[in-house]
Amino acid sequence: MVQYFKNIWSGLSTSLIGMNITLKHLFARKVTIQYPDERFDLPENARNRLFVDMKKCTGCLSCAVACPVNCIKIETLRVSPDDPDKEFHPNGKERKLWVTKFEIDFAKCCFCGLCTQACPADAIKHTLEFEYSGYDRDSLIYKFQTLTPEQASEKVRLLEEFRAKENFSKTGTASARCEQKTDDNKKPE
Amino acid sequence: MENANFIYDLLGKNTLSVILVVILPLLFVLIYALIAILAELKVSAWIQERLGPMRTGPWGIFQPIAEVVKLIQKEDITPALSDKLLYNLAPFIVFTGAYAAFAVIPFSESFAPSGINLGLFYILAIGSISAIGIIMGGWASNNKYSLMGAMRSVAQLISYEIPAAISILSVVVLASSINMQEINRMQSGWFWNWFIFGGPGSISKIWIVPFTMGLSLIYFISSLAETNRVPFDIPEGESELVAGFHTEYTGIKFAMFFFAEYANMFVVAAILTTIFLGGWNSPFGSFMQGPVWGAFWFIVKGFTIVLVQIWIRWTLPRFRVDQLMYTGWKVLLPFSFLCFLAISLYVMLK
Repeated sequence: MVQYFKNIWSGLSTSLIGMNITLKHLFARKVTIQYPDERFDLPENARNRLFVDMKKCTGCLSCAVACPVNCIKIETLRVSPDDPDKEFHPNGKERKLWVTKFEIDFAKCCFCGLCTQACPADAIKHTLEFEYSGYDRDSLIYKFQTLTPEQASEKVRLLEEFRAKENFSKTGTASARCEQKTDDNKKPE
Repeated sequence: MENANFIYDLLGKNTLSVILVVILPLLFVLIYALIAILAELKVSAWIQERLGPMRTGPWGIFQPIAEVVKLIQKEDITPALSDKLLYNLAPFIVFTGAYAAFAVIPFSESFAPSGINLGLFYILAIGSISAIGIIMGGWASNNKYSLMGAMRSVAQLISYEIPAAISILSVVVLASSINMQEINRMQSGWFWNWFIFGGPGSISKIWIVPFTMGLSLIYFISSLAETNRVPFDIPEGESELVAGFHTEYTGIKFAMFFFAEYANMFVVAAILTTIFLGGWNSPFGSFMQGPVWGAFWFIVKGFTIVLVQIWIRWTLPRFRVDQLMYTGWKVLLPFSFLCFLAISLYVMLK
């Protein structure tokens, strides 16, 4: 019998305690952020969309190798010594590889940040930009190369011309193919 | 019986005025339901420290209209194996039960749609119609969840009707009237004349105050159960029964159930206001007392109770079925009998 009254009392009093708690929350400061109208500052090291500074990029492919989901596609081309417009990296060194293609597929990117750690030139970095959804997947493939397709084919032509000249001066046309292969790996002077 | 109805006084009793009298509470219920839906959304959000709907109109005040439009647009599904007639009839019967109670609710000194002498008895009688509608809908859906939800709902309605009826009866004993206008008139003056504080009378009424307060609490708790509100919403406990008796209902028919629930919330709030909280009387004697102020006070009091119902909904968890039956039969019923006896004794000795 005593338990019966105790139960009733605790039922009523705990309901009131609960209602008191919800009443406090009713007038508490709301935590909602009205997102498109107001937003909070992302931390500086937030990992959002990547950006590649093509002036710094040496075309070393470290980022593409480091990427666990293979979302970075890079194609490079040796700079011909005869190239009329030579380019210098911000650190003063001369550009040795033209990056004819540098594409990041953000539909695949998992924002792990391994590419930024692998980059020796600090060219690839996360930005604070996260509002870039698109209506189809192709719109999420970002192209960072600065060379237009015309410029790229011009560079290919220059390199071929240079190689042809080199081969011609060295030996005959017979061993040209073989030479050309080793040439790719050989470091330019 | 005098005619407490300003529309009849103005226009005389003809077809037009009767239609007007019928439509006026309906308009009130429609507007009230929209406000109550918004209150429900906003209070639930604020209690959870969210903002709630903010995009539709300033501070989201048009959200309930959007919700109603959405519900009306939805496809109206009748399950193939359901009993078509009963299935389609049920939501309207539930709403009829809820709306019929508005016929005797005294909104103001000079407006009660019908000032019949048997007001409280009528409300108790008509309130059970929705139980028929609920079991009709649940059974006709031909779905085990609906049937179980309906059975629970009716079991709950019947069990909690008794403590509610006894607490109403106690006030009837105290007031010696079942006419709601008469009960309201008795409580005029300051707020200590309300029946929650023992009703009008000399200082000797002080010893029944705990009993009348207890009765108002008992009535409030059982009214929560009668309207299937949390913590008594086991008929629609979604973790067990999907949605209870309205599992199969869509579109406008679901909206009718929804609407009936909100209308019922106001009906029980109105009864509580009338019999315990002085109805359309101002709490401060003759200050702000009058027919128009009466409607104001009545709606303010009624809406405050609705807000408390919403507040409780977002505070307490749901009862288990056995706990619900325990509370109804073993706690509320004996206590209401006790209070009833005490009040009867007081009235006898007075």
